Amino acid sequence: MNESEFVRALASILLQATPLMIAVCGETITERAGLVNLSLDGTMLLAAMTGFVAGLYADSVLAGFLAAALVGALFAAVVAFGSIRLRQDPFAIGFVLTLLGDDLSAYLGQNFTRIPGPTVSHLGIPLLKDLPLFGPVFFDQDPVVYFSLLLVGVTWWFLFRTQPGLRLRSAGERPEAAYARGVAVNRLRAVYALVGGALVGVAGAAYSLDIKIGWSEGHTRGLGWIALAIVIFGGWSPVRGALGAMLFGASKSLAQVLQSRFPQVSVVAFNATPWVLMIGVLILVGSDATERLIGLAPRRSQAPLRRLLRVTSPRALGKPFAPGESGED
Amino acid sequence: MSKARLLRLLWLTGLVGVALAVTGGLLAIFGVSPAQGFGAILRGAFGDAPRILSVTAFWVPLTLAAAGLVISFTAGLWNIGVEGQIVMGAVAASWLALKLDAPQGILVPLEILAAMAAGGLWAALTGVLKTRGKVHEIFGGLALNNLAVILTNYLISGPWQPPEGGTFRGTQPFPDKAMLPLLGESRVSPISLLITGLAILAVFYLLRGTIWGLRLKALGKSPRAAFLLGVSSERQALLALMFCGALAGLGGAVRVLSWFDSLRQSISGGIGYLALLVVMLSGFRVLLVPFISFFFSAVLNGSISLQLRTQLHSSLGGILAGILVLLVLLFGEVRLRRIFPRRRRE
Repeated sequence: MNESEFVRALASILLQATPLMIAVCGETITERAGLVNLSLDGTMLLAAMTGFVAGLYADSVLAGFLAAALVGALFAAVVAFGSIRLRQDPFAIGFVLTLLGDDLSAYLGQNFTRIPGPTVSHLGIPLLKDLPLFGPVFFDQDPVVYFSLLLVGVTWWFLFRTQPGLRLRSAGERPEAAYARGVAVNRLRAVYALVGGALVGVAGAAYSLDIKIGWSEGHTRGLGWIALAIVIFGGWSPVRGALGAMLFGASKSLAQVLQSRFPQVSVVAFNATPWVLMIGVLILVGSDATERLIGLAPRRSQAPLRRLLRVTSPRALGKPFAPGESGED
Repeated sequence: MSKARLLRLLWLTGLVGVALAVTGGLLAIFGVSPAQGFGAILRGAFGDAPRILSVTAFWVPLTLAAAGLVISFTAGLWNIGVEGQIVMGAVAASWLALKLDAPQGILVPLEILAAMAAGGLWAALTGVLKTRGKVHEIFGGLALNNLAVILTNYLISGPWQPPEGGTFRGTQPFPDKAMLPLLGESRVSPISLLITGLAILAVFYLLRGTIWGLRLKALGKSPRAAFLLGVSSERQALLALMFCGALAGLGGAVRVLSWFDSLRQSISGGIGYLALLVVMLSGFRVLLVPFISFFFSAVLNGSISLQLRTQLHSSLGGILAGILVLLVLLFGEVRLRRIFPRRRRE
């Protein structure tokens, strides 16, 4: 592999990871506030279909992304309303929405499969794109890639460096304490679920309008689940989540390279990579075995290793919050 | 019937009505009148004897998987991996059907046992990932579902491809002696109906009349209380998953040995996910499971013939099921106060 091939591979990994990065940011925001939106896979499918069709009719990719964001927010609203106001199991609601989104996208999109539609056009950033290595990888892409990189940075800054971000995290870590300090925990959770859901919708449209152009049944099936796993692997941090998304993007490219190297191995065997990787990374960040391995390392390096490998979830993640019976918010 | 029960029944009927209305709207969008569309679904499900038998044949694996899920849900586990457990059951049964030469009376029971073992072990893998690897069963199960499907595709296109060359469609048809005895020309096997009935009764009895059922309930209701009672949560969780996996694997065997006659690409085709919906709608009561899964089987089979008649995508059946379950989940035990809370004075 020579240098330009290497640069092209890096650029393609980033491009492949782009929608995952957006979805991971969205779900990270939702879960940091304490709510789990399990419906990602179905949301992304329906949003990808809606985004494609809306973009086609309005002849504008922007309209497509807006429509997709609305779909994402709508599904998130069902999860939020059902789990917060009606106090039903968010996992059950999310799971049913996953299947419903899948079926709805297949039904509503049935006349739009495999037809040409609008696409996001390439947009190199002048000057920056001529930088060595960084230029072609980061600045000779299209606006969706720039948006996702910006989003990762802004989300991180918002979550960890601003007052509203602190309130958001407090709702997911210590809702009682947050409530006592005047945070309307459940309203805040609902609002950020909508924001996160809208971003997941945008991620769906990023596939159908940019990375995997067009619509066909089951267009993004499975990718929503991978995004959910990356949120965990990312330790509920958008930056680490983005790295996780790129890891999955890279595994796809790696599978393609291996496939051409070892043609005697069946094509389908390489389809297993993302799922094996998913189990692998979740064991790595969660299991006791990793903890024991860290214990074998020299004492000085244990703390940084732990920080690198282990994650802890927001304390109140998935736990309903009900401050007394008098009603709240 | 008490007044409260009557009201509840009316309310649930109303929810079914809303689900039908939404589905009817989706038909109308595509220029098919709801009467015509629902008529096609009904005729497709119950129009003549072969169709009713087809619904029944579809009902068997769905009910088996759902009965198993009642056990794993009781233990508080989200066994999404049930889909993969069906697939692995089908793979194991197919393996014996293709490779083992024995009389029907020996071969078929062996196939069924192998399928149950494979489903149970695949479920145990989810369980071990959860207890040892701290991977939530939703993610472990989901990854294993995809791996099971990938394994099937690999077998079909590689080692088990038919002699005339590899296609992605399926293996060669099994010999007759490897198949479950079928009822006439249908795809219903009386043996599998009997087994399904027994499975439902077994699950009912396990949860009502045994210590194991009590332990599972304790685990599901409060893992901490179970721990204080001396219930090993790891072992019970593993056993519950394996029980569910064994029934799902059995369902997979029924798929290859009576619904099809070979291992196919989408051998389960979402039956496991549908079974999860069945159980959610049943509120984890196993005696409701056979009725709900018969309704879902009818809707799904009916919508396939809707597709043949009107060219509309058959996923409409799944949409109707999904909307119904969503409505019941959200509003099934509704207290209006929660939807319209009184304004609190600030």
